[in-house]
Amino acid sequence: MATLEIHDLHVSVEAENGPREILKGVDLTIKQGETHAVMGPNGSGKSTLAYSLAGHPKYTVTGGTVTLDGEDVLEMSVDERARAGVFLAMQYPVEVPGVSVSNFLRTSATAIRGEAPKLRTWVKEVKEAMEKLSMDPAFAERNVNEGFSGGEKKRHEILQLELLKPKIAILDETDSGLDVDALRIVSEGVNRVRETGEVGTLLITHYTRILRYIKPDFVHVFANGRIVESGGAELADQLENEGYDKYVKGGASA
Amino acid sequence: MADAQNIPAGSTTAGSIAVAAESTVATRMSAPPSFDVADFPVPHGREEEWRFTPLARLRGLHDGTAVATGEGVRVEIEAPEGVTVETVGRDDERLRKAGKPVDRVAAQAYSSFEKASVVTVAKEAVLSEPIRVAVHGQGGVAFGHQVIELGAFAEAVVVIDHTGDAVLAANVDFVLGDGAKLTVVSVQDWDKDAVHVAQHNALLGRDASFKSVVVTFGGDVVRLHPRVSYSAPGGSAELFGLYFTDAGQHQEHRLLVDHNTPHCTSNVAYKGALQGQDAHAVWIGDVLIQAAAEGTDTYELNRNLVLTDGARVDSVPNLEIETGEIAGAGHASATGRFDDEQLFYLMARGIPETEARRLVVRGFFAELVQQIGLPDVEERLIAKVEAELEASV
Repeated sequence: MATLEIHDLHVSVEAENGPREILKGVDLTIKQGETHAVMGPNGSGKSTLAYSLAGHPKYTVTGGTVTLDGEDVLEMSVDERARAGVFLAMQYPVEVPGVSVSNFLRTSATAIRGEAPKLRTWVKEVKEAMEKLSMDPAFAERNVNEGFSGGEKKRHEILQLELLKPKIAILDETDSGLDVDALRIVSEGVNRVRETGEVGTLLITHYTRILRYIKPDFVHVFANGRIVESGGAELADQLENEGYDKYVKGGASA
Repeated sequence: MADAQNIPAGSTTAGSIAVAAESTVATRMSAPPSFDVADFPVPHGREEEWRFTPLARLRGLHDGTAVATGEGVRVEIEAPEGVTVETVGRDDERLRKAGKPVDRVAAQAYSSFEKASVVTVAKEAVLSEPIRVAVHGQGGVAFGHQVIELGAFAEAVVVIDHTGDAVLAANVDFVLGDGAKLTVVSVQDWDKDAVHVAQHNALLGRDASFKSVVVTFGGDVVRLHPRVSYSAPGGSAELFGLYFTDAGQHQEHRLLVDHNTPHCTSNVAYKGALQGQDAHAVWIGDVLIQAAAEGTDTYELNRNLVLTDGARVDSVPNLEIETGEIAGAGHASATGRFDDEQLFYLMARGIPETEARRLVVRGFFAELVQQIGLPDVEERLIAKVEAELEASV
């Protein structure tokens, strides 16, 4: 069973006046089949956690370890992490001029699976996955994220999640900017992947709204660069009622 | 109208559309077209047609100080049966058919060449093999003039290859008889110090089809001026271009399609990738639909992909319409960047870095390359693009 173990992770970014520490000792273990929601106020470092796990060059790991089934993730390049089974659904997916969605998906699937998917089954696979996400087939011929609406970008991220079948899926504010219909469609996609029991999910969100559709096994409160409280789904209800105030103003020592 | 802009890399321009009472495309030039270099003042660099060009790097082509050297370039023409290849003197009237020089360097070329090549495809001859023109620079200065003329209903493909090192100013004319079909591939694969300034004039007869593929990879400065006009209705022109501009290179393509005759079509598509410090690509796309040119259908497009910091693109489409009785007219220009965030995105989906870059650039050029319709040229272009990428990674 795939396990992602994050231990005492410290991460900093280059700021104007030298490096600034954003993650200050994160401990978290995600097992295949589990869903962890990480919730926290803006600026608490949630997205930094997501991008650090994926290996974004902007973030420097200054301490701690991340392993996937014992393999050192921090030693891996961005593409190696993806091939090892770590997937990041991005909050702001970028446009890639000149590359069509269909070409991109196939190149990516080829890289992740280690061989090119058979064309006939692949076309069917993509078509079905797109239908489930209520995506127009014409979408496949557009350039990656170019001119996509916010909802289309997020559906495209979840389409990749469904096709690439990672061991660990990190969803960075996938719910942000979505209307209720789009949120439902995207959540259903995430749930289809979760129901296979093959993926460990790290759901990063500011709002509890998405947790009505995607039921987490664990909820963690993230503040000031670390996890300050962990609990079950009931913790989300508490956050819904009380907000993050006590974690922000009361200090992060809780 | 003259709202040509300096567009920093990464920006997009929608260009301009004007409905003009008289041609400003013509009047934007500092002097009327002429075969005589004396009719053009020496440019100082602020003129509309010169403002993007680094005059100091033209090695004197623009101010009369460049003087032809004996063995400037070697031109070899290989032609299949049905084709006549002649070397002619200055007085041959066929050299003045397709159009006059429109700027000082083209006029200098016309005023300075000694011998010209005239390649004639007999009427109704349909060539099974391309005509190959090898223009090889031998380190000198040269002024050239070539004419390729197709008789009525003739069909031909011409591949012009520019290699080596030279300072070359030239006029290349394409004269298409009624119903003729000509495809011209002009490849600028110069060594890094070459300077190449040329005007290409195509004159299309009734129902003639002209396809131009301009491919620019090499050289220090390459400035090409492909122009199309129609001598009778029914002509169709497709102008495709591909350039890959590296650090320090200046590659400029200035197109004019002069719709002076009814019921003709034109389609322009140029795409360029840039990488490296001070790589500079300029694309000017002028389309003029004159009052007489009813039923015109035209579209022009320029796309640029900036792969690194430090590169610069100026892209200026201009469409002038003097009649409302047209089938269609449009243009588009956009410049996009490939940056670290895009690279991260592709790599985060398991795609290795070199493959990610290749994916982007191949994808960018693929659609254009597929329209060329000559498999060996297409393969060569793709290979050349890959080689450019290898050199950069």
